[in-house]
Amino acid sequence: MNHLPVFQVLLPLLGAPLCLLVRRGTLSWLVATLASWGGLAISLALLHHVSHTGPITYNLGNWPAPWGITYHVDALNAFVLLIVTTVAALTLPYALQSVNLEISEENRPLFYTLLLICLAGLLGIVITGDAFNMYVFLELSSLSAYALIGLGKRRRALTAAFQYLVMGTIGATFILIGIGLLYSLTGTLNIQDLASRIALIPASAYGHRTLITAFAFLTVGFSLKLALFPLHLWLPNAYTYAPSVVTVFLAATATKVAVYMLLRFSFSILGSRFVFEQLTLGKIMLLPSLAAIIIASLVAIFQYDIKRMLAYSSVAQIGYMTLGISLHSHTGLMAGILHMFNHALMKGALFMAMGAVSYRVGSVYLTDFRGLGRRMPLTMAAFVLGGLSLMGVPLTAGFISKWFLVKAALEIGWWSVTAIILIGSLLAVIYIWRVVETAYFNPLHEIEHGQEEAPLGLLIPLWVLVGANLYFGIDTSIPVDMASWAASALLEGTMQ
Amino acid sequence: MELFIDITLLTFLCITAMAITVIRKLFCAVMLASIFSLLCACLFVTMDAVDVAFTEAAVGSGISTVLMLAALNLTHSREKRPPHQPLVALLVVGVTGIVLMYGTMDLPVFGDAAAPIHHHVAPRYIEQSPLEVGPPNFVTSILASYRGYDTLAETIVIFTAGLSVIALLGIRDRYAGRPIPSDRSAMKDYVVLRIVAKMLMPFVFLFALYVQFHGDYGAGGGFQAGVIFASGVIIHSLTLGRDRTLKAFPHQFLRGLATVGVLIYGGTGLASILRGGNFLDYSVLAATQLKGQHLGIFLVELGVGLTVFSIMILMYYAFSYRREP
Repeated sequence: MNHLPVFQVLLPLLGAPLCLLVRRGTLSWLVATLASWGGLAISLALLHHVSHTGPITYNLGNWPAPWGITYHVDALNAFVLLIVTTVAALTLPYALQSVNLEISEENRPLFYTLLLICLAGLLGIVITGDAFNMYVFLELSSLSAYALIGLGKRRRALTAAFQYLVMGTIGATFILIGIGLLYSLTGTLNIQDLASRIALIPASAYGHRTLITAFAFLTVGFSLKLALFPLHLWLPNAYTYAPSVVTVFLAATATKVAVYMLLRFSFSILGSRFVFEQLTLGKIMLLPSLAAIIIASLVAIFQYDIKRMLAYSSVAQIGYMTLGISLHSHTGLMAGILHMFNHALMKGALFMAMGAVSYRVGSVYLTDFRGLGRRMPLTMAAFVLGGLSLMGVPLTAGFISKWFLVKAALEIGWWSVTAIILIGSLLAVIYIWRVVETAYFNPLHEIEHGQEEAPLGLLIPLWVLVGANLYFGIDTSIPVDMASWAASALLEGTMQ
Repeated sequence: MELFIDITLLTFLCITAMAITVIRKLFCAVMLASIFSLLCACLFVTMDAVDVAFTEAAVGSGISTVLMLAALNLTHSREKRPPHQPLVALLVVGVTGIVLMYGTMDLPVFGDAAAPIHHHVAPRYIEQSPLEVGPPNFVTSILASYRGYDTLAETIVIFTAGLSVIALLGIRDRYAGRPIPSDRSAMKDYVVLRIVAKMLMPFVFLFALYVQFHGDYGAGGGFQAGVIFASGVIIHSLTLGRDRTLKAFPHQFLRGLATVGVLIYGGTGLASILRGGNFLDYSVLAATQLKGQHLGIFLVELGVGLTVFSIMILMYYAFSYRREP
């Protein structure tokens, strides 16, 4: 029981080399699936434990806090762990058939190994209580993500992966520089210890300039990683050309983990008063967030590759998360955190529907959707429901986070921001409608035939996610309570 | 005197960096990058960071140069002229540089004894590590024990890098099960090179073993040893023909070895849990704390060495035996 935090990461981390050892595609898939399900069980147990008895600390190598590396699970990261493991546990069952079609047989064990390493990297970033350890796991997750994207069928996957590699490496280097400056200022890497030692630095005195610089590098680094407009340029290509499974997994997890890192450094290390009142992070983030919501949604309307359309929509949705953070209120922060969860559900479902279409049709251009409403009724129905959640229609999960976001903007009387949130939703209606119209109201092409509904292996995980979108739109208590609790803990400024 | 050395090295470093950005011949750029790493290694030595210097010299100017040359073999050796002057990039780099300078102005002077980094966690590492971990080289104690979990993750980073290269490039089993034809890449005609390389190889391997097992006392450890051992094998491949190397170290075997290395490291951690400690708490592995730490560090360094060695050669293979697209 008391080793649970470390096994959260160890299951995928050591499951990965096992995947490679078995050397058979299906067998590696089994190992990976078991590891991801175990991970989900552990994250549920951790969440239960944290909500009942408070934060859990685990000293790796049994070295006490500032000298060794410590795992620290509190309200926020228990929640993010749950998001990541849930997506992983649904993506892997989905992966078997999709990967068999898209990845060559000899590369399949490598694919599952890299996927597990990516999962371990993301979990390691979230769970750790040590700033440098966070960076090391960031390297793990990024490196495996580049390779996974490069494994896409089309040759442009390689350029997309390379583009992401360059941008991602710059982001990671900036984060490393930021951590290095904080270390030279305090002599420690432990997050709680960093916070208490930074709090001791008087505002005007020695080290202040270094602190501002560290903050600047960290913010730019995280913004690159979370694809904040206009640093999102790597994202559309990466999501478009990656194998379907990789797009599902990364779109639902990777950017959320980057948002988590931003929250952790801003609130738990530098302190919300310093970051928001002196360095005005709220104002810095506000404009890019609003621009993301409007411009990325507009660009999405004009895309013909629907995967790329959804990728631009992701950039817009990330804008909602950072907008929530930039409002710097309890409701705003809570809306941002809640949207991490809800966006994982809706984008996971939408990209899974894309994978199902691509499984049967071969590509996901707008013209490929003609008549699919009749040919693949279950897949397209799932797409419609996921789309409704993306627009923020009541009774879906997407509505809840938009609702709290609007509430937060109205609390401080920002009518114009409220208007932009609503315009963003209307733009989402337009781009989702284009697909729906083509699928349901355009006749089938005469030559195309022989396509049928996607196999159950793809449909079941897809519909579980769609179900979650509906369930959490009606019974909102679990995610809302978790997000509200995490937001209060963050605003108290400590890792409570 | 030290100041003079530092200034000279840094000047050369700047010149090399600028030359790399300007030059269009990629072969020259690779060689300059190798020199850049060597200069960095020298700078690390003047900072008394010999372990880091060792790694930089072995990885930066050794293996990565070979890998880049192997990559050049697959592409062109001349960079295309970019269609426009990247002025925006220059601006971004310039601003970043200015911000960095601004940020470091307030930092304590290099070597300042009053700096915070010398007074918080460092004293325990320096004073207590011989008593609670053991190795006289406390860099090894930090790397393998205090922050051993980071090192496990770094080992897996290298593992991931190797797998990524294999997944994207692929390794051909060109001669699987067939007799090896005469290889044109072997330096048959260069008798002196071949003889000298053959004579050097045993010493390279011996030195790698020394670095592997002497890391507790001096600079070195699994990372450096793995790289040095791999460079020995690469010399073998360059002079005696890559197909003979492939026969001696088949790539499936190396893949297994890399995996075993990671599993040895992780398994050591799991063994600590089984014996009632936390993950990677080596103290519980043997009767006394120091013996346990010694055993644990030995095992994890072995794991690191195996993984780094196999991954370096696998990357080299991936570039030289690229699967036909």
